Amino acid sequence: MSGSLVGQRILRKEDHRYITGKGRYTDDIQQVGMTYGCFVRSPYARADIKGFDVSQALEMEDVISVLTGLDVAADGLGGLPCGWMIHSKDGSEMRQPVHPVMAAERVNYLGEPVALVVAETKEAAKNAAELVLVDYEELTPVVDVASAAQGEQLYAEVPNNTCYEWGLGDEAATDEGFASAAHVTHIELTNNRLIPNAIEPRAALAEYNSGTDEIVLHTTSQNPHLVRLILTAFVQIAPEHKLRVIAPDVGGGFGSKIFIYSEETALAWASKKLGLSIKWTAERSESFLTDAHGRDHVTKAALAMDSEGQFLAFKVSTTANMGAYLSTFASSVPTYLYGTLLAGQYRTPAIYVEVNSVFTNTAPVDAYRGAGRPEATYLVERIVEKAAGEIGLNPAELRRRNFIGKDQFPYQTPVALEYDIGDYEASLDKALEMASYETFEQRRVEALARGKLRGIGLSCYIEACGLAPSQVAGALGAGVGLWESGEVRVNPTGSVTVLTGSHSHGQGHETTFAQLVADRLGLAIEDVEVVHGDTGKLDFGLGTYGSRSLAVGGSALSVAADKVVEKGRKIAALLLNTEVDNIAFDAPVYKMMDSNETKTFQEIAFAAYVNHDWPSDNLEPGLAEKAFYDPLNFTYPAGTHICEVEIDPDTGVTEIVQFVAVDDFGTIINPMIVEGQVHGGLAQGIGQALLEQAVYDESGQLVTGSYMDYCMPRADNFPDFKVGMTCTPCTHNPVGAKGCGEAGAIGSPPAVMNAVINALGGVEIDMPATPEKVWRAVLSSQAQKIA
Amino acid sequence: MEAIKLQVNGRKRTVHCATNATLVDVIREQLHLTGTHVGCDTSQCGACTVHLDGDAVKACTILAAQCDGSTLTTIEGLAQNEVHHPMQQAFNECHGLQCGFCTPGMIMSAVDLVHKEEELSPEAIRSALEGNICRCTGYQNIVAAVVQGAAGMKEQQS
Amino acid sequence: MYSFKMERAESLTSALERFGDSDDAVYLAGGHTLIPAMKQRLRAPEDVIDLSGIPGLRDILVTQDGIEIGAMATHAAVAGSAHVKTHIPVLADLAGGIGDRQVRNRGTIGGSIANNDPAADYPAAVLGLDARIVTDRRTIASGDFFKAMFETALEPDEIIRAIQFPKIERAAYLKFPNPASRYAMVGVLIACISDEVRIAITGAAPSVFRAADFEVALSESFSESSISELTLPSDTMNDDIHASADYRAHLCKVLIGRGVQMLSDH
Repeated sequence: MSGSLVGQRILRKEDHRYITGKGRYTDDIQQVGMTYGCFVRSPYARADIKGFDVSQALEMEDVISVLTGLDVAADGLGGLPCGWMIHSKDGSEMRQPVHPVMAAERVNYLGEPVALVVAETKEAAKNAAELVLVDYEELTPVVDVASAAQGEQLYAEVPNNTCYEWGLGDEAATDEGFASAAHVTHIELTNNRLIPNAIEPRAALAEYNSGTDEIVLHTTSQNPHLVRLILTAFVQIAPEHKLRVIAPDVGGGFGSKIFIYSEETALAWASKKLGLSIKWTAERSESFLTDAHGRDHVTKAALAMDSEGQFLAFKVSTTANMGAYLSTFASSVPTYLYGTLLAGQYRTPAIYVEVNSVFTNTAPVDAYRGAGRPEATYLVERIVEKAAGEIGLNPAELRRRNFIGKDQFPYQTPVALEYDIGDYEASLDKALEMASYETFEQRRVEALARGKLRGIGLSCYIEACGLAPSQVAGALGAGVGLWESGEVRVNPTGSVTVLTGSHSHGQGHETTFAQLVADRLGLAIEDVEVVHGDTGKLDFGLGTYGSRSLAVGGSALSVAADKVVEKGRKIAALLLNTEVDNIAFDAPVYKMMDSNETKTFQEIAFAAYVNHDWPSDNLEPGLAEKAFYDPLNFTYPAGTHICEVEIDPDTGVTEIVQFVAVDDFGTIINPMIVEGQVHGGLAQGIGQALLEQAVYDESGQLVTGSYMDYCMPRADNFPDFKVGMTCTPCTHNPVGAKGCGEAGAIGSPPAVMNAVINALGGVEIDMPATPEKVWRAVLSSQAQKIA
Repeated sequence: MEAIKLQVNGRKRTVHCATNATLVDVIREQLHLTGTHVGCDTSQCGACTVHLDGDAVKACTILAAQCDGSTLTTIEGLAQNEVHHPMQQAFNECHGLQCGFCTPGMIMSAVDLVHKEEELSPEAIRSALEGNICRCTGYQNIVAAVVQGAAGMKEQQS
Repeated sequence: MYSFKMERAESLTSALERFGDSDDAVYLAGGHTLIPAMKQRLRAPEDVIDLSGIPGLRDILVTQDGIEIGAMATHAAVAGSAHVKTHIPVLADLAGGIGDRQVRNRGTIGGSIANNDPAADYPAAVLGLDARIVTDRRTIASGDFFKAMFETALEPDEIIRAIQFPKIERAAYLKFPNPASRYAMVGVLIACISDEVRIAITGAAPSVFRAADFEVALSESFSESSISELTLPSDTMNDDIHASADYRAHLCKVLIGRGVQMLSDH
């Protein structure tokens, strides 16, 4: 890299429009003649639909049309597919009930859409939706994940409500490890169900133009090309070239805007069917009911050690909740994004994991910031900390004894991944120092004098990011390759338009990607514009999730920029009347190596478009290059998080008094943006540990259906985080980057819970550590002491 | 239909709306000032925060019909002569925003806070931002931005 | 929100007349309870009578024996009032902790107590400080005002004009907020009024109530030790996903103890 821009804290180019109120989110778009959609939703978790009566609704003033699940069925629309095939241990394919765009015969979760009202105004649509009469016959729902397999069968084709019974690792070797163990640590835990809550609710505006037979769908998506592919190839609402999907400014996603949902699909279909432009924007209560939820695992596990605390074997059994239907990537989350991460940062020689995924009458569950990797990290780091306590070893020391050494890479784990590089002791050491770990005991004693219980907890996490090498992903069941596209389009005056298949919804790609390309070409960052989020402008793209944008999308741009440089050399050779081999690029200048003659990048760009004389067959006019980058491996960000808490034993309130995060993300383009990503991830991880939980009651009603009951983290829930970095650049991509978007949410929950449990003297509780739960644990801890 | 006369970002405006229109509906759909956002339906997220007669309020929980004769400032009215307000500048410089959706409400709350409170420690800012939810930033850089924006506002006054 | 007719009252008399003329009317004060309920379609009045144009309802006045707060005074106005800060500091403190800053700029004291939300803060102040509620037709003692969850002694058309608080310097309000909504999960107001100790608790039960046993014990001896053996019955407490009845009863006692400590340190 040439180095003047990479690594700099450059202020974000995109901020100006956001801080002045000029961002353009989906709901901001208004069209002349636009109509409004409102969905009729199931009030039950499970019911048969005996019939629809839309007559009253249609009579309402300002109502244009009412479409129901029956219309969807009559038009022969396909169901919403899941893009990742998982095979059970016995080789059978996962079971996938049809996920209708709108239900016609049976509803399977609270809030499932059954009809769409289209009206002249929002209020009219909402009023009429109340008058769509649906004759339901309520059925007994299955809600609890742990007992779902024994519950009433929900789908004829899904015995035991089980999607798959998956396994990974060598069970016999693992059992041998346990047979020779000096000590075995057992744990049972749940990973609490979360609701993503991007602050911009999902929205869509579908416009049909009968003159061109084209549908334009503006929607809140992290991956507009995937939306187009699924709506056309699978649901078949239009031919692919007659659907343009635009994801304009998007107000946060965290995974929840990856997926293909009923509402956007129904709107695109209805706009063509009715010849109208229709907008729908979720109210927050609809987001709670229908955005794909996250996590929701129940797990039992055991860790075998020898007498020195060396890990011998790790055995895991998890039940994962899929909700009512398989969402777009749901099946992969508790399998290839979870089981494969159970080695953590350790040399555990034998690991075996079984995952049973079950259906319940709850909202679909899919990837949420971290997706599988937080669940794996939470399990590994909880049991390691517990094991340290049981054998009386310092938790940092136990980890150190089992780390994969920095000279042991590449390292093949027993659960399918090959880690390319890392230095786990470096991040542990740095975090221990930043946290003043050595002097914790003094702080604990001092807190006790104030009547507070102080605890400290560690978490040494690893994640697999940069999704994903297509060949590996395909072998594991992914329906699409997971490469990324990029184009560097040099304009005649030398400014550059960068087109990327990644999508920015808060990550700052308009700055980071511009930094990367401007650095490579020797341009000012102002001269590079990043374009994304529009299938009408880009070839194809797979979007943003799994901390992949810089590692994969950025690599595509890096390769494309190299191609631009290379073509520039040819043009320079032509202009300077020399051989290509005699031209060197010293950004932003092309030089003749055997003379002082030069051409600037701008001169080359101009010549590329205005030159009249292209003598050679292998040199075309123009200067724009594309690349489709397919990663060679996953990337492996890793680090250590250390949390310190104080508990008020009288009320059970837990306060985070210190949080240290040291992360190794490989090469960093913009440290300011990376730290921001860490902060945000930490807030979501700490939110999971202390505050957030989706609760359904026995009848499948969502108890936490608004901000009155679902606890969103506020500013006063956190201290200032202490963030540090170590760096081992990724070995297999041209940027050296590993990805940073999810680490905060992956590493922090076990650090917090280990600290809470430490403060409680070892009494284990599940997330979230609410005041009442902690207070009860304090009581039982005191009772234990007395006994 | 009600005819509501408002002073909006320094201009006299009249809007005609139904009695059940909320202030935020009118701001977004009739005045086309779409920088004011809606992120919840229980008056908690604060994305719709604007200044009404000099006070930060949640425009989703006010009827437009209650505002006849009022003075309204939205995020679009904060910058003067194309120059960022010190609080806007601070949000940019401190990386106090990511997706930008909560940002206008956050900035409007912060400006009101600085106008009304003398001493603002980071802890006091955290607590005073209770009515604004951000899902992206973890709030750390927002707090830093409010500290810096407050200093900038004081400097501008003096 | 369903459609409705908006009426603007210029006086209490005209407000009452309009209410009488309607089959289904509701008064609009700050709107921070009513508008959310209407948005969620839980309430659908035909007529909404806006009280904001009635003169004098926002005044905060010092009277001979206390402070009279107009029903339309916002929480921010009460929290910021020099009179309130001087003569009833606990009330300024309590008002400054209601909702969030934006809510405090709109929500009103009259609207809050007329609604009697079980998790609202003001009922604890009204009952704990033994305020009087002055309406268009009478004065109601605090002990007679709060009847049950969302129920008060007000007639359907009756309008609160003002709330009269006695001057009380030695009092404290301790709130344990619901982590999600930030409403009071338990809120305890302890006031020392000459020799008498009054304790009003909001959030914990369906409606605000006084902790009689604790009041007696503390009136006799104002110390934590005098209440160490007392408990609050959990069978009357609210029980939800945020806090069980047992835990709420426990928190009430913890907060009372802390309040006593704060006031003893004074």
